[in-house]
Amino acid sequence: MPDTRIQEQTAHPQQQAIDKRKQAEQPDQQPFIQIEALYKVFGNTPSTVMPLVKEGKSKDDILAETGHTVGLKAINLNIQKGEIFVIMGLSGSGKSTLIRHFNRLIDPTEGRIIVEGTDVMQLSAKELEQFRRHKMSMVFQRFGLMPHRTVIENVSYGLAVQGVAKQTRLEKAQQWLETVGLSGYEEQFPSQLSGGQQQRVGLARALCTDAEILLMDEAFSALDPLIRSEMQDQLIELQEKLHKTIIFITHDLDEALRLGDRIAILKDGELIQQGAPVDILLKPADSYVEAFVRDVNRARALTVETVMKPALCRISAETIDEALIQMKKVPGNYGFYVNEEGYQGVISQRSLEAAALKDGGHRLDTEILEEIPSISPEALLESVIPETLDTDCPLPVVDENGGLQGELSRASLAEVLGDGTDHRAA
Amino acid sequence: MADSSWLTKFPQMDRTDLLAIRKSLDAAYREFSRSYGDLIESFFDPLLSFLIWFEKLLLQSPWWAVILAVTVLVYLASRSWKLSLSVVLAFLAIGYFGMWENTMRTMSIITVCTLLSIFLGIPIGIMMARSNRVQAIVTPILDIMQTMPAFVYLIPVVMLLGIGKIPGVIAVVIYAIPPVIRLTNLGIRLVDREVLEAATAYGASPMQRLFGVQLPLASPTIMAGINQTIMMALAMVVIASMIGVKGLGQPVLKSITNQYFTLGLFNGLAIVALAIIFDRVSQAYAKRAQKHMQGTKDA
Repeated sequence: MPDTRIQEQTAHPQQQAIDKRKQAEQPDQQPFIQIEALYKVFGNTPSTVMPLVKEGKSKDDILAETGHTVGLKAINLNIQKGEIFVIMGLSGSGKSTLIRHFNRLIDPTEGRIIVEGTDVMQLSAKELEQFRRHKMSMVFQRFGLMPHRTVIENVSYGLAVQGVAKQTRLEKAQQWLETVGLSGYEEQFPSQLSGGQQQRVGLARALCTDAEILLMDEAFSALDPLIRSEMQDQLIELQEKLHKTIIFITHDLDEALRLGDRIAILKDGELIQQGAPVDILLKPADSYVEAFVRDVNRARALTVETVMKPALCRISAETIDEALIQMKKVPGNYGFYVNEEGYQGVISQRSLEAAALKDGGHRLDTEILEEIPSISPEALLESVIPETLDTDCPLPVVDENGGLQGELSRASLAEVLGDGTDHRAA
Repeated sequence: MADSSWLTKFPQMDRTDLLAIRKSLDAAYREFSRSYGDLIESFFDPLLSFLIWFEKLLLQSPWWAVILAVTVLVYLASRSWKLSLSVVLAFLAIGYFGMWENTMRTMSIITVCTLLSIFLGIPIGIMMARSNRVQAIVTPILDIMQTMPAFVYLIPVVMLLGIGKIPGVIAVVIYAIPPVIRLTNLGIRLVDREVLEAATAYGASPMQRLFGVQLPLASPTIMAGINQTIMMALAMVVIASMIGVKGLGQPVLKSITNQYFTLGLFNGLAIVALAIIFDRVSQAYAKRAQKHMQGTKDA
């Protein structure tokens, strides 16, 4: 049962702490998009099969007994405004079916879809058209561009559907084409462009309607790896400016970890785990997710923040003697010097002892500090590996305001980058 | 009936019963055509007057004006000097061999039949593409229309409307309309699902989807259907001439009954020339209109 699994997961104390932090970041308690108890059964008479699905019969049994395919089962999702929500799963897991429910390209067999308080299921055909025109836009795996229209006509398609005057919509389309770096290609036809360029057109088309919600169905999956990571960068860059609510479908965990603020994992139409990328990576809910996570390049997926340990030795003393006392209370032969203005630097026990021999009552000043680089909590592990290995003592993790957040030692780095299965306990 | 003759001889219906069925059906249809024939005929009056007007236009305009007009149309459609020149030569030859008037009559009826087939066929094709039920109903009807010998459905049409242009047009349209219907249906059903989904996702209404996406993307297939329709309409010219449609078919019919080989050959060649002109022009037009859609198959 997927529900109980998720509950078990959330019951984990660390998970709860993260959830609380998430909620603190989101003062808006009402989720922007809400999916409640969504079921989709494919077949001739789906409603007759629903009792079996709810009884908990397996997908294969239902297919054998009734010839109906269970596409989605008991999906509950809350998506917050302004986040990139990634839905991940292998082919056949129902992720493309799920994303088509948001704008009702596919109607559910049962369940509710609520966007900003509006129940999408209650909309009439006309209202649904209006909803699709103004609220959501979509980017497709194989681009979905119209081969008989030029690039600029494709980009302005959403506005053309809305009935916006030609002059206005072409100007706007021109701006978005420039944003995605395709000015000069206006009068080309999609077939004359490369895959990456075509998907940029698809992205520009989606942005051109100013819809708040962006649905991206395996948008970058058809592109080669280099272009894919370029497009990911571009999306992240655009998102920093635009703050759209993005629902992103992918089968690639690296992509999910890179883009997602939160990730949901689907398997055979059921939701297995939902959470921040770190939770997925470090606390996989079951063996399926674990298998997924095993091959991920953790150095590229995790930030310093997620693996750092609390700084053991904070030295806040005024004089060298007091500092020496503080240092001896904890193991290790180094300390991080912190005063009212925040983190100042690293002091080694050796230099402290040497200074104490000269004048123990002397004020602790910055001359005694070692030259050791500090690292940012948001930095990716990958980028701090050289510094961590080059330095004997753990590296201080310092935030933008100069506050000491923690320390990163070689040992904790090795532990995370080593075999992931050990780390679940940590 | 205790003997076992049914084993060797097919157990047939009684002859008198069969006769009764035939008689009553014939009588019923005759009754129907007597009481409603005039009404149905008057329904087709606008079409008839258009047919007559169009034929007169082609016949009464000077021959060089007609050739000029046709050549201009051919050039606009195909943008090919070669093709336009061939058209001029073909018409000059037809006129020189004394077949100008018949050719004009045939051209007028073929044009009207083709337009009628397109105007009726494309909407039917669209409806078929929209609903599997409509498709299931229409497909066998099209099968019957294409395989039923033309003479068989000429009988009720002639009984109802007599001989003349209108029955001819109806017979030609029945024979020629299936390709355009079938290929419109097929073309729309073959439109890339993701492109159509994209249109829907951006809030396109069913009409916007039809005219903005489905028909333009189906147009290569639809054009192939129109091309086939034109060819089949030309093939019906001789049969239509049996119910009084004037044109190149009548001399052919005459030469069959009288064994005039040369007369038949000349008129036959004129039909072939018309067919080639219609075919090449419609294909060149289709190709030109869809140039940018080539090479869209890449992922």
